[in-house]
Amino acid sequence: MNWITNYVRPRINSIFSKRDMPENLWTKCDECGTMLFHRELSDNLNVCTNCDHHMVITPRERFNALFDGGIFTEVEVPKPIADPLQFRDQKRYPDRLKSAQKSTGETDAMLVAEGEMGRTPIVACAQDFSFMGGSMGMYVGNAIIAAAERAIKLKRPLILFSAAGGARMQEGILSLMQMPRTTVAVNLLKEANLPYIVVLTHPTTGGVTASYAMLGDVQIAEPNALICFAGPRVIEQTIREKLPEGFQRAEYLLDHGMLDRVTHRTALRDELVSILRMLMGMEPPIKGDLPAPDLTPASSKDVPETSETT
Amino acid sequence: MNYLDFEKPLAEIEGKAEELRALARGNTEMDVEAEAKALDKKAQDLLKDLYKSLTPWRKCQVARHPDRPHCRDYINALFTEYTPLAGDRNFADDHAVMGGLARFNDQPVVVIGHEKGNDTKSRIEHNFGMARPEGYRKAVRLMDMADRFGLPVITLVDTPGAYPGKGAEERGQSEAIARSTQKCLEIGVPLISVIIGEGGSGGAVAFATADQLAMLEHSIYSVISPEGCASILWKDAERMREAAEALRLTAQDLEKLGVCDRIIPEPMGGAQRDKAATIAAVGQAIDAMLRKHKDMDRKKLIAARRKKYLDLGAKGLAA
Ligand SMILES: [Zn+2]
Repeated sequence: MNWITNYVRPRINSIFSKRDMPENLWTKCDECGTMLFHRELSDNLNVCTNCDHHMVITPRERFNALFDGGIFTEVEVPKPIADPLQFRDQKRYPDRLKSAQKSTGETDAMLVAEGEMGRTPIVACAQDFSFMGGSMGMYVGNAIIAAAERAIKLKRPLILFSAAGGARMQEGILSLMQMPRTTVAVNLLKEANLPYIVVLTHPTTGGVTASYAMLGDVQIAEPNALICFAGPRVIEQTIREKLPEGFQRAEYLLDHGMLDRVTHRTALRDELVSILRMLMGMEPPIKGDLPAPDLTPASSKDVPETSETT
Repeated sequence: MNYLDFEKPLAEIEGKAEELRALARGNTEMDVEAEAKALDKKAQDLLKDLYKSLTPWRKCQVARHPDRPHCRDYINALFTEYTPLAGDRNFADDHAVMGGLARFNDQPVVVIGHEKGNDTKSRIEHNFGMARPEGYRKAVRLMDMADRFGLPVITLVDTPGAYPGKGAEERGQSEAIARSTQKCLEIGVPLISVIIGEGGSGGAVAFATADQLAMLEHSIYSVISPEGCASILWKDAERMREAAEALRLTAQDLEKLGVCDRIIPEPMGGAQRDKAATIAAVGQAIDAMLRKHKDMDRKKLIAARRKKYLDLGAKGLAA
């Protein structure tokens, strides 16, 4: 193990894992039933040490493990107007939003950050399934646009971790409009010749899959992640037949040519570093122990030469 | 005439007038015309009253009316030399999506649209307007062609949504929709879209991402069907009236939100009551929208389209 696990991670974990600290320190794997000690589980990035089941991981937990030393700077996301449709089902939308904010401690369902990963400067965004099912509304759209703009400004690749039940119905048509909006963001990256890597995590469905989550230069999925446009239940109702085992799971999509790779969460970081450094024409990654990273946030550091563009 | 459930009182009055006239035809002694005319007037007033302020759910019903003009009707009436081009060059030709070369007012264009069909046989053939990945990939191919040869693209949107089938998923429904939306945003020729009935979710976005989006007066565009929304948020598909209300899916609300750029008026009682007038109105709207882009260069066009979408959402609906 390198310095990250040895001395930085424990400190960072103690700061950030408040929200997931279980009352009793054990979590039961919902796949195999094994009781897992919380520290053991979080060290394994919420992957069951017995059966490899990939459990939900919050964007912050993911970024702690992804960025060197767990150090990253959040990229600011422009706040959209609240409740644009004055939407009301059995609850008012602002109330649903508030309770999601309270339970997660986050503003909305996407976190954007910049930092270094294996000494490779990146911008990353991660969707938060625990925030209203990760649903895509104006904020998520703004987050992806902000991430793309930041990546272009810093001339860095963008990694996006998707997780969503689809569009946020409470924003009606404006949630649907995040499909073209986020696609514009992808096109801006494409035009700037910057890699855009999508990591699809469980579950990624609906309008999210049918827009930014399927437009990556490289498409990687976590094992057994459900990835689809229409969900299995809707399809079974439509075609009135049972679907095959593993249908719409990551491995099934890989077999059908829809993905580049299916990668275990604990192997993901090294793989991303390797792929990005090749796409960016950088030296091979440094293996083994590294000196502790420079703690100055990227915004105050040198931006790669040539003039900045927005 | 197919009457919608809320048009039942109208059906009764029109039925009575029809009965009277049938009676009179059998018995020349009878003079019913005055009475029948009074019924006609009553029916006309009722129709006006019903359509004056349709609730969002009733608009959904009108938007889905089987007698509305469909993509094929518009293409036949508004375009000349329509030359269908088939296939995605990969797997199949999707009959839910029509498309090809044609002339609009003699100008060569590419026209693409969803076709629902109008009887049992044609509905099955067109899969009720629900496209599979091949439909979107055909559209991408046609948009590419339009881009290369400088032809404007006109899309006619009328779909309940992309087809939720096993094969469609296996062949990459999501990716196909995403690529089609992406292509809409990349082409350097004008892209004009008209929602002629139902704009169902991602399946509609893939064609409706345009420089200008027009909607027929009683058409809808929504992230999810009211029934689907009701079953998720109200846990009861029968609450679709409330869901339709909450979703703000009417052309009128979408215009306020900046999603719809132009509303095309429908004849009294909806497009289904006067197909020819509806088609003519759509033709005029397409013509007016195309004119706006006559002298735009491709870079400006793409930049303006991007900006339009990036800026969306700045306006909400005040209470
Ligand atoms: Zn397990």
